[in-house]
Amino acid sequence: MTSNILLACHGLSAVVDEKPILHEIDLEIPQGEVHVLMGPNGAGKSTFGHVLMGDPVYEVTAGDISFDGEDVTELAPDKRSRAGLFLSFQAPVEIPGVPLRSFLRAIMEGRGEKMKNKEFRKKLQALAETLDMDPAYLDRELGVGFSGGEKKKVEMMQLLLLQPKLAILDETDSGLDVDALSVVSRGMELYRGTCDGTLLIITHNTRILEHLNVDRVHVMVQGRVVAEGSADLIAEIDANGFERYEAQLDA
Amino acid sequence: MAEKKRTQVEDIDRSMYDFRYDDSDAEKLDAGLTPEIVREISERKGEPEWMLEHRLKSLEIYNSIDMSDWGPSIDGLDMENIVTYVKPNTDQKSDWESVPDNIKDTFDRLGIPEAERSYLAGVGAQYDSELVYHSMQDAAAKMGIVYSGIEEALHGEYADLIREKFMTLIPPTDHKFAALHGAVWSGGSFVYVPKGVKLDYPLQSYFRLNAKGAGQFEHTLIIVEDDADLHFIEGCSAPKYNVANLHAGAVELFVGKRAHLRYSTIENWSKNMYNLNTKRCRCEEEGEIEWISGSFGSHVGYLYPMSILAGRRAKASFTGITFAGRGQNLDTGCKVVLGAPETSASVETKGISKDGGIQTFRSSVVATPNAEGSRCTVSCQSLMLDNRSRSDTIPAMDIRCKNVNIGHEATIGRIGDDKVFYLMSRGISEEEAKTMIVNGFAEPISKELPLEYAVEMNNLIKLEMEGAIG
Repeated sequence: MTSNILLACHGLSAVVDEKPILHEIDLEIPQGEVHVLMGPNGAGKSTFGHVLMGDPVYEVTAGDISFDGEDVTELAPDKRSRAGLFLSFQAPVEIPGVPLRSFLRAIMEGRGEKMKNKEFRKKLQALAETLDMDPAYLDRELGVGFSGGEKKKVEMMQLLLLQPKLAILDETDSGLDVDALSVVSRGMELYRGTCDGTLLIITHNTRILEHLNVDRVHVMVQGRVVAEGSADLIAEIDANGFERYEAQLDA
Repeated sequence: MAEKKRTQVEDIDRSMYDFRYDDSDAEKLDAGLTPEIVREISERKGEPEWMLEHRLKSLEIYNSIDMSDWGPSIDGLDMENIVTYVKPNTDQKSDWESVPDNIKDTFDRLGIPEAERSYLAGVGAQYDSELVYHSMQDAAAKMGIVYSGIEEALHGEYADLIREKFMTLIPPTDHKFAALHGAVWSGGSFVYVPKGVKLDYPLQSYFRLNAKGAGQFEHTLIIVEDDADLHFIEGCSAPKYNVANLHAGAVELFVGKRAHLRYSTIENWSKNMYNLNTKRCRCEEEGEIEWISGSFGSHVGYLYPMSILAGRRAKASFTGITFAGRGQNLDTGCKVVLGAPETSASVETKGISKDGGIQTFRSSVVATPNAEGSRCTVSCQSLMLDNRSRSDTIPAMDIRCKNVNIGHEATIGRIGDDKVFYLMSRGISEEEAKTMIVNGFAEPISKELPLEYAVEMNNLIKLEMEGAIG
């Protein structure tokens, strides 16, 4: 493998409440590429995204994760974030009493980004416009009473604000409506356009991939990566589903 | 997996509050409580005869009634060892510069004169048992507003009015510490707002207990006449000693017809304090009382501000937050009496417990036979930050008439791990993430506070959250 591998996991296994979910996952993502992780419901795709980000709900029982040349397997989520890893949540949380604006400010300050108030306001205003978001949302409590589409906009806003080295977009099963779908698509394009970002997209919905040049597709079934291939795999799965892979494992 | 950052902090840095001065030059009376001590207090103050009688009668009541048998333990409080009266080495001043340096420095560090300069219409500062500073802007004085020490007011224009009202809302027979207060009360403020007068800026009192093993028993009496409006702010703090301190103040508020009073408190006594404070308000027809109450300090606290809605369509609201950390047992809440037709009250409280702290919400709502057409809603939410801490909710309702609408809702929860993970995945540390969630939880209360106090409250939460992980 070349030296420009941004994310690599080797033999990664993880459990939740002692129940095994991920089994010996090997996966590599080179810098600047767009990867897609596909699989049926309950295959462990979201878990994989959360484990990469360091969600303490899951316990890594074997293997390791390296990111940007550093072993991050034991690293806390905040340190992974500051190292340049980002996870867009399928179902972002609500934090009552914390205005979106203050939250965004805190995440920027958390990584030592000093920005003048006025400058920061301007930046948020511009981002809101880009994402077709009513700027009034900036002063609302984070996620509270936001629709699914609005929550996605907030995730994309953070993606564009933080400009991480690798963004994991967890879109599995989320039943995105057309509006939310276009927001995510636009967010991804902008992210790719502005900072040549690397993407791992966890999805069912191939429409989201229409405007992207996908470099590689990974297929996950029952917590294992069972197939890898070029973008052509997407059309194949679209046509035939995952049955073939499932049958393989069950055999 | 997640790297656990363990910050072991034995005691939180409360240095902002925790400085203290030598009290050797202050006069102290012997510890313990006798009629002789009560006479001496009264004599020194040069009080009217009726007040001495009131004190002696209160002492009798104090000796004849038992301690309450409910609520947090107060066994650590030995009354024989509480010095009931500590007179600071100064008389009351109205010129900040002439207040002695150590006392001035204390209040400077707490930001009191600065707050006065920036937005307050008047300030009173009490150090141990006596008021040391009192001032009010000329504009407020010209409107006929009186804001002075209650002791000096006993000799002034409103002496008869004070005699008529004093300890009528909180009679010495009410409970043991009300009786104690009646016997040894000292210092406190008197505020009188004449009919129709509306003050745009708040008045503030700040109580500081500096002496070791002392008690503070200030009495606050506020009369807001018909159609008048006032916002009064009270702040309290004390440095930490290893022996018990006692605070048994009394606050009596009288709100006239169509009048409005907002009473805000941030209590941050040190964690050796027994805070057994009693606060009551009576509202006449269409009068309104708004309580804003933050309890952060004290070892043990019993605090239930009471609203007596005595006139038709009188209103009360109570917005409170209590934060109980290590070694703290804070029993707080409020009482409401719907005592007339069409009265209404709303109660919204937040409780936080951490590090083995115990936080209890206790409320009492009484609808009297007169209260037809009244309503009251009580909502309390508690957040426990770890498995060692405890939150309880004890609401009591006593409904004695038909056609009233009383509601209660309570939730008790923990900080969601999913929320903490979400914030951490954005680069925020675990401690900051939890602080952010707790501050957000407290936000409905802090937004009701004057800015300076809201900032202080957020800082207090931040202080309390340091070392919360591990």
